Amino acid sequence: MKRQEDTFNRDVAGPDLVASTRLVNENSLKERLILIFTKWEVLLGVLLLLVFVFFSNISPYFLDTFNLLNTTFTFTEKAVMALPMIFIIMSGDIDISVASIIALSSFSMGYASSMGAGTWELVAIGVAVGLAAGIFNGFFIAKVGMPAIAVTLATQSLFRGISQAVLEDQAYTKYPQSFAYFGQGYVGESLVPFSLVFFLVLAAIMGFVLHKTKYGRKVYAIGNAKEAARFCGVHVNRIRFINFALMGLFSGIAAVLLTSRIGSTRPNIALGYDMEVITLVVLGGVSITGGKGNLFGVLMAIFLLGYLKFGMGLINLSAKVMVITTGVLLIVAVLLPAFLDSVKAWRKLRLQKQGSSMESV
Amino acid sequence: MNSRILIRKIGQRREASLVLLIIVLLALVSIRAPGFLAPANIQRIVNDTSILVMVSIGQFFVILAGGIDLSVGSIIGFSGMAASLINEANPGLPAGVVLILGVLIGAGFGMVNGSLVAFGKVPPIITTLGTMSVYRGLTFVMSKGEWVTAHEMTDSYMLLPHGNFLGISNLIWWGIVVSALLYYVSRFTRSGREVYAIGGNKTAAKFVGVSEKKIQFMIFAISGTISGLAGVMWTARYAAAVNETATGFELQTVAACVIGGVSIAGGSGAVPGVILGALFMGIINNALPVINLSPFLQLFIQGAIVLLAMLINTLSEQRRDKKALQERLA
Repeated sequence: MKRQEDTFNRDVAGPDLVASTRLVNENSLKERLILIFTKWEVLLGVLLLLVFVFFSNISPYFLDTFNLLNTTFTFTEKAVMALPMIFIIMSGDIDISVASIIALSSFSMGYASSMGAGTWELVAIGVAVGLAAGIFNGFFIAKVGMPAIAVTLATQSLFRGISQAVLEDQAYTKYPQSFAYFGQGYVGESLVPFSLVFFLVLAAIMGFVLHKTKYGRKVYAIGNAKEAARFCGVHVNRIRFINFALMGLFSGIAAVLLTSRIGSTRPNIALGYDMEVITLVVLGGVSITGGKGNLFGVLMAIFLLGYLKFGMGLINLSAKVMVITTGVLLIVAVLLPAFLDSVKAWRKLRLQKQGSSMESV
Repeated sequence: MNSRILIRKIGQRREASLVLLIIVLLALVSIRAPGFLAPANIQRIVNDTSILVMVSIGQFFVILAGGIDLSVGSIIGFSGMAASLINEANPGLPAGVVLILGVLIGAGFGMVNGSLVAFGKVPPIITTLGTMSVYRGLTFVMSKGEWVTAHEMTDSYMLLPHGNFLGISNLIWWGIVVSALLYYVSRFTRSGREVYAIGGNKTAAKFVGVSEKKIQFMIFAISGTISGLAGVMWTARYAAAVNETATGFELQTVAACVIGGVSIAGGSGAVPGVILGALFMGIINNALPVINLSPFLQLFIQGAIVLLAMLINTLSEQRRDKKALQERLA
């Protein structure tokens, strides 16, 4: 009777379908090792290790505590923006206006500074303008119901356009002395940059929100199935709105750090940051179709890309080569997981088929 | 059908309201600057806008299927630079051959995008955001950061857009030919209708046998091919190939589409609307200096127009959907 059923199934659905229901031993050491080493965070960790080994062999300046800590100055702004971008991409949206939010926020600070604002007023203005820009995006996306890509493409021009219209080809370069601390200062007498510590604190908070609160779980739920989440009583649009507001807030913070670090505001400030921030998040294993990934992966991606660029700079590769590398990484980061998944599925099916052929012998 | 219904139907068409809008815009500008409406000036504007018209129609196909192509500006930059470098290195090569090479380069880049989207299953926004940087970076690497200037180009190369036929410049003719061809494709060919089908309802389209992969590959190839052509035209027209050619051009093409009534979610819109949308953008760009507005305002105005046009599209779509739902319930 059993045998009859088998042949029946084979005739109708073919051997693949039959085999795919078969249980195979997935607990052997080899299988487990394969599973661990194809985990995205582990892959990133291995890559980070490779970057360290490679560049410390090539250049004597790479493996140096002072250099390694100081390099973080160049990527903490992007790292700060990557945190809320996780929430946005996780819930299936995208924001390509973040660099322009920095331009607008930095412009506002420059303007206020030229009017004689003090350091704390500048920080408040920078952060508030960022938040306002994020709320502006969130309003059109979550309340009016326009696609995120379209709205942020428009505000990408709009926000930068405001600073360009006023600044033209000029720049703000006068900032109070104490303002420089945020982007250039160190914690106490140590070699640890203030911005790095600040970023790690923000990362801890956002990690907690994403992984340990109801809000974070709702973001995952939206990313996995928006409609289902809505029917379960998740206020999808409210959460998307908050995500974009958060994105604006953090872009404002990044604007404070960046403006403080470079000490000037030009209309082309932070140009191209959108792509880099999205690359960090996607490279960190957050799925662009939503619902997959975690903050730890993004942290790994931040340090991987930061130190990769530092090393490439040490061996005199041009900025353009780094831009190409970032672009390629962005695409590969999406291609590779899908590829790995299909290889894994194919391997499993092969094992299952082997199992079935052994049985029939 | 009586005439009142006919008038109302025409009024509902995006093309009709756009024509009206363009006329109003032209009238307003010509109050400030009477010379603006002179035939020579109008031809100059149309000439200036031809590249935008062509590339916007390529973008239209991509948006129609529910995607977006952010790499058009970078493809224009690369193919323009490549064609200029080929022209500089081999002055004996006929300009037509250089043109074909430029178009082929654009097509190749478009196919890379298309392959990643269709076969690699990378979402269009990620693919083109990545290749936007990659192609632009490659332009710098290829040119070693240097420009190709007018005296390094051959006359026949620069004549590609500048020559004229029946009193109309070649560039405008290219715009007309490309527009007509793609209008035909979108309206009367099987593949063209399939793009609408995929954009309208992907699942339903698949069930009736439309190959999503084929369509995705095709639209990016079309967009890339046109961008390749546009790159050659751009560098030949301005007699200079710089590395930053057409940076930010993708926004203008998306703007032309949304102004022309193309839904950013895919599935609706038509070539004539896109052409009018591109002309509208062209007139705005040309009118700014004429009415003494700073060119630095251009970015802001473009962003504001796109946002406004999209808002109008979205609200009217929502109203239409609501009305359809009410009719079904009644």
